[in-house]
Amino acid sequence: MTIDLGRGLVLRNPVMTASGTFGYGEEYTDFVDLAQLGGIIVKGTTLHPREGNPYPRMAETPSGMLNCVGLQNKGVQYFIDTIYPRIKDFDTNVLLNLSGSTLEDYVKGAEMVDALDKIPAIELNVSCPNVKQGGMAFGVTTTGISQVVSEVRKVYHKHLMVKLSPNVTNIAEIALAAEAAGADSVSLINTLMGMAIDAEQRKPKLSVITGGLSGACVKPVALRMVWQVAKAVKIPVVGLGGISNATDAVEFMLAGASAIEIGTANFIDPAVSAKVVWGINEYCERHGFHKTMDLIGALEV
Amino acid sequence: MKQIIDFKLVGKQDFGRSVLLQLHAECALPDMAPGQFVQVRVDGSPSTYLRRPISIHDVDFQNHEITLLVQQIGEGTRHLASAEIGDTINVVLPLGNGFSMPEKGEKCLLVGGGIGIAPLFYFAKMLVEKGIRPALLLGGKSKSDLIRLEDYQRFGESFVTTEDGTLGEKGFVTQHSVWQKQSFDKIYVCGPKPMMKAVAKLASEKKNWCEVSLENLMACGLGACLCCVEDTIDGNMCVCKEGPVFNTRRLKW
Repeated sequence: MTIDLGRGLVLRNPVMTASGTFGYGEEYTDFVDLAQLGGIIVKGTTLHPREGNPYPRMAETPSGMLNCVGLQNKGVQYFIDTIYPRIKDFDTNVLLNLSGSTLEDYVKGAEMVDALDKIPAIELNVSCPNVKQGGMAFGVTTTGISQVVSEVRKVYHKHLMVKLSPNVTNIAEIALAAEAAGADSVSLINTLMGMAIDAEQRKPKLSVITGGLSGACVKPVALRMVWQVAKAVKIPVVGLGGISNATDAVEFMLAGASAIEIGTANFIDPAVSAKVVWGINEYCERHGFHKTMDLIGALEV
Repeated sequence: MKQIIDFKLVGKQDFGRSVLLQLHAECALPDMAPGQFVQVRVDGSPSTYLRRPISIHDVDFQNHEITLLVQQIGEGTRHLASAEIGDTINVVLPLGNGFSMPEKGEKCLLVGGGIGIAPLFYFAKMLVEKGIRPALLLGGKSKSDLIRLEDYQRFGESFVTTEDGTLGEKGFVTQHSVWQKQSFDKIYVCGPKPMMKAVAKLASEKKNWCEVSLENLMACGLGACLCCVEDTIDGNMCVCKEGPVFNTRRLKW
């Protein structure tokens, strides 16, 4: 089931867990043997610690949820000192999701993470919708993404995956800019900007009014964007957005994703990621695919 | 260790707005402490996407059974309450940290408001098993909110308030005369936030040790999504993982 995403990032299977939905992996070890996964992408980390947005940060929506956590994390240095030693020997790829609000923060953070032996890749988060200048400012224009990716590329020598925002007019254009600036892969989609209102109280349900929509409801949008991007770029595409089972995962691969991430579904079934690995295998056997990578882009139009 | 277990609904008791669900597992249950909670998947309700966090009302380890007292608040809990005997109910458990066990000889008061009385049942039962007889102060809007009152009263001296005066002293739990007549070493509270804040304030005035059980809106229940945070002296803490039980000294109330 091996998938080679390039520049040293080799997954034992295409299934990873999405940043912000799987903690640091430790939260899920009672449910999933991490060695069964292609990788885990740990919580969005910024150079400096962030307390995140005030409560309430979550609103349930039909087949999904909105969140406005706002990148609560203890910063890159704390990650290196305290969390990294605990998780570096997990028998899977541990990727760090790196976010920032200034170019300097991204570059400094990437430099520090570059020195961590057991982190084979960064997922560069230029698409967090919940923080003012939470990276999304970089992620929604081709010039913004070119700038941040090329600067980080100069200091980061391992696999650089760039996580794209769906809150754009033409995502393929953004992906092409990331590719041209030196990204090794792109992952998409981050959450869609949304909003929820409590009509009885006449108040927003989220503390900062808007938030990011995730869960099964975003899957058709994500699938379409993965398909568009996969047709446009030559680098591998990692698909995510509402994947809840193996069939969903297979659909993303058929649309052109080389690997996939499972996000919000981890909340509903904490063991879902391992089930998806099993299910993709079963699909491949049933359909006569000898290698999982043969699924990539195998959509018949 | 946390587990995902398919339970069967084997017993159900209707209390109007609340329902008592008795769930049986084929397998032995993991250890569960009073004050911990479970995340229940709500099947067959299209508008319910996430699990519902519910406190553990009672556990029978010998018979592999847990009991949940569920108040029908929204679509998810309403659907859960409509489950029928024999239905399968998928549960993740046990989650969070429970109440701190008192030392023998310490005088404990368990204060419950509304559906917040639910976790105090298992807690009181465990205290009695350890040879500690707690006092209970239970409050509701009306008599009908005080579910299983007679069962609670068996655990220890019990005091009751209702806002409409249909049972016990009229008013809020903080207005009960027991606060003037007795003193306690440890106070444990579960109920609506304004009520818990009021009890915490009272406890703090009396320099009492006090723990409260919070119920912030949550998604994962495992400390991964960081949605259910409460502002504490150590920063934003997940109610699901660091709580739901917090010592009031840690809270910025």
